[in-house]
Amino acid sequence: MVLKSKSAKIIGLIAMVFAVVIAMCMSLLYGYAYTSLQTTIQSFTNFDQSNEHIIIQDVRIPRALIAASVGASLAITGVLLQTLTKNPLASPGILGINAGAGFAVVCSLVFFHVESLQSFAWIAFTGAAIATAAVYGISSVGRDASTPLKITLAGAAISAMFTSYTQGLLAINEAEMDQILFWLAGSVQGRKLEILLSVLPYLVIGWVGAILISGKMNVLALGDDVARGLGLRIGFIKLVVGIIAVLLAGGSVAIAGPIGFVGIVIPHIARKLIGQDHRWLIPAAALLGAVLLLLADVGARYVIMPREVPVGVMTAIIGTPFFIYLARKGGKKV
Amino acid sequence: MMAHSLKTENLTLSYGATTIIDALNVTMPMNKITVLIGANGCGKSTLLRSIARLLKPKNGAVLLDGEDVFHLSTKDVAKKLSILPQSPVAPEGLTVLQLVKQGRYPHQTWRKQWTEQDEEIVMNALKSTAMYELQNKIVDELSGGQRQRAWIAMTLAQNTDIILLDEPTTYLDLTHQIDVLDLLFELNRTQQRTIIMVLHDINLACRYADHIITVKDRTIFEQGQPEHIMTAELVENVFDLQCQMMNDPIFGTPMCLPFGKGRTLEPAK
Repeated sequence: MVLKSKSAKIIGLIAMVFAVVIAMCMSLLYGYAYTSLQTTIQSFTNFDQSNEHIIIQDVRIPRALIAASVGASLAITGVLLQTLTKNPLASPGILGINAGAGFAVVCSLVFFHVESLQSFAWIAFTGAAIATAAVYGISSVGRDASTPLKITLAGAAISAMFTSYTQGLLAINEAEMDQILFWLAGSVQGRKLEILLSVLPYLVIGWVGAILISGKMNVLALGDDVARGLGLRIGFIKLVVGIIAVLLAGGSVAIAGPIGFVGIVIPHIARKLIGQDHRWLIPAAALLGAVLLLLADVGARYVIMPREVPVGVMTAIIGTPFFIYLARKGGKKV
Repeated sequence: MMAHSLKTENLTLSYGATTIIDALNVTMPMNKITVLIGANGCGKSTLLRSIARLLKPKNGAVLLDGEDVFHLSTKDVAKKLSILPQSPVAPEGLTVLQLVKQGRYPHQTWRKQWTEQDEEIVMNALKSTAMYELQNKIVDELSGGQRQRAWIAMTLAQNTDIILLDEPTTYLDLTHQIDVLDLLFELNRTQQRTIIMVLHDINLACRYADHIITVKDRTIFEQGQPEHIMTAELVENVFDLQCQMMNDPIFGTPMCLPFGKGRTLEPAK
């Protein structure tokens, strides 16, 4: 832990807020169409219908807001699920959330020819919820209901099932392939502000919920038996974590597709910086997650200019070495 | 210190179709040290877990102050009774102080967060376990004995009259086993806390326990003061072990010398 004292932690969080602001400015400024800081400011104060102003207002602002919200949501979900499953490699993928959402969207495309991104959002949300409910259902059967290990195993099984169904559908149906593949890679590009706004209330509930249960997460981190001995209602808190995970990760997938690695990498970095206490860890992870996805999205514009790579690919480029590092370290405990 | 009562009523515990404890009625003595002993897999840990509300009985109930623990809220139980499970694992990077502070969780509410009283109880828990100087150390970097003391400090911070411990000396070397048991003995003698624990070592159990409960065949085989009940016959029945009982030359408490194979020197006269 780098930031030990309370004042150091407060300063750390303020610095992270500044980092988010700077990353957002970068997201507004940099890209294929060059815009200066002056033009950017003018597009707010004195909108003149010019191309630059339209790009900033209609393309880059939604994109920056989406990247920040999604990054924060995925990072919070990662923290909650790593503590819930006592597994340092846990991420929003672990409850089958990504796979369930992906399958639902592919189904809707193949069978119902759904076109609008707007409807994608709701379909993805539903798929995420169904997958998570299935994981909880399976893991609660048998001796010692919903132990961390059983949740992890059930999540892996449900993920594998939905992923193979998705691939099966893609294999028989090539027509819609392009659109689906683009969505499945995860991207914040070309998403309209309306999509964010339609999901935002649920994300906000998730953020507030995560902050409210942060003290209880500290107790849960000590293990199920100890936590129950301390008077924590284990079943209830696990249910709440599941609901928050569906709201945040499901909502994120709904907006941007399954973006990997933010949910794994950020909780670890946040823990290194600010320590184990979830009351600090959750806000720190949210801010750092926003920064990572904003920067990854800016980077995605430059890799193969003038075209762009999906931001999910960028986070994978950053995340994979980190993942290997974690796995080599042993990954025994959170 | 409030007067409490803790007993089981027709308690039946099972994992799936396997019955572990069958229709047990037992009253735990208050303000004393009680030790549960029995062979591996006899159900003594299961019984302890169930008393602490960690395991739902199949039938019957555990009554704390006359009320079924499963009808009380988890927090209400946690204010009267604490449990230290077997070999708990602290999250990586957690400090001793952070761990011990969690012991105050059952006493906190939305409105009443951290008070001076909480702080005082935590500091006392750290001092009585000799962890005060180590409070800023990382738990998983401590030695086994220190780590166990840190967990016991957390249990003490819960500040309950009844403390249950599931094999608190497992994986500790003999020095640290004595450390931990001395600490619990002190707590009982100076603060009259009720201590109920599972131990594997019969001789240590006889030395520290006011009351021994032996568990066998899904029920209690025998219970009472160690010097009254611990005989070679009982050990053979409960543990399926031939032994000779004698008095501990230092403490005078019962001591069990197991038979078996091994090197034999000149037989003592």
